Amino acid sequence: MSEAASIYSVDKVLLVAIRDNITDTDIINLQEDLSERIVNEAARGVVIDIAALEIVDTFVGRILAQLSSISRLLAAETYIVGMRPAVAMTLVELGMDLPGSKTALSLSHALRSLKAKGLA
Amino acid sequence: MSAPPAEPAARIELRQERDVAAARIAVSRAMDAMGARALRKTRFVTAVSEIARNALDHGGGGVLEVYRLERPLRIMIRCRDEGPGIADLDQAMTDGFSTARSMGKGLGGARRLVEAFRIESRPGSGTTVEMEAKP
Repeated sequence: MSEAASIYSVDKVLLVAIRDNITDTDIINLQEDLSERIVNEAARGVVIDIAALEIVDTFVGRILAQLSSISRLLAAETYIVGMRPAVAMTLVELGMDLPGSKTALSLSHALRSLKAKGLA
Repeated sequence: MSAPPAEPAARIELRQERDVAAARIAVSRAMDAMGARALRKTRFVTAVSEIARNALDHGGGGVLEVYRLERPLRIMIRCRDEGPGIADLDQAMTDGFSTARSMGKGLGGARRLVEAFRIESRPGSGTTVEMEAKP
């Protein structure tokens, strides 16, 4: 398990907390760890918390989009939560508005949506 | 490009991935010391992350220097690498153009996020990027 992120399992939802200053290698490890745990634990939902990220550049943005796509293919609905307002504004300017990713303002908002769909 | 205005506030060797994070932290601290606004800092640090990663991935490593410029107060970085250089700068600045694993939004994106952007590159003699922003 990479040191730059922690994966917690609650009911059938995997909570991923990404720490600041994650490196490219860390985030690729995370992609692998997360996809394996979705399958092994039959997770129906994934919540990725990026509140600790001061910035999201094109590399991290692409990985977040890929994490969402991988989870969707593995039948787990994925939410990205905790995005800072300045990060959202910067991502739009970079031309990366994460079209395939669902977002929620906070972990509790995401869990509420997942519960409403019977996925948590 | 002109000579640097003063001693850099920070100098980071870009040799491995961790150094890209170190460059982000150095620029973030320098902007905190200037009392930078959150959005301006996020924009500039994001641009620095793109440029530093480019130097590492395409330039085989390099050096990033952080400068504090006065009158008017602003932050400036200069990032140099000794890599193969960029043959067609206009093409490299275009969104969607990529020679590596990126989405090809890095260089053009960085330029949109800063107030002044200069790039100098010749095949065989590396690439230098300078970027400036208000705090």
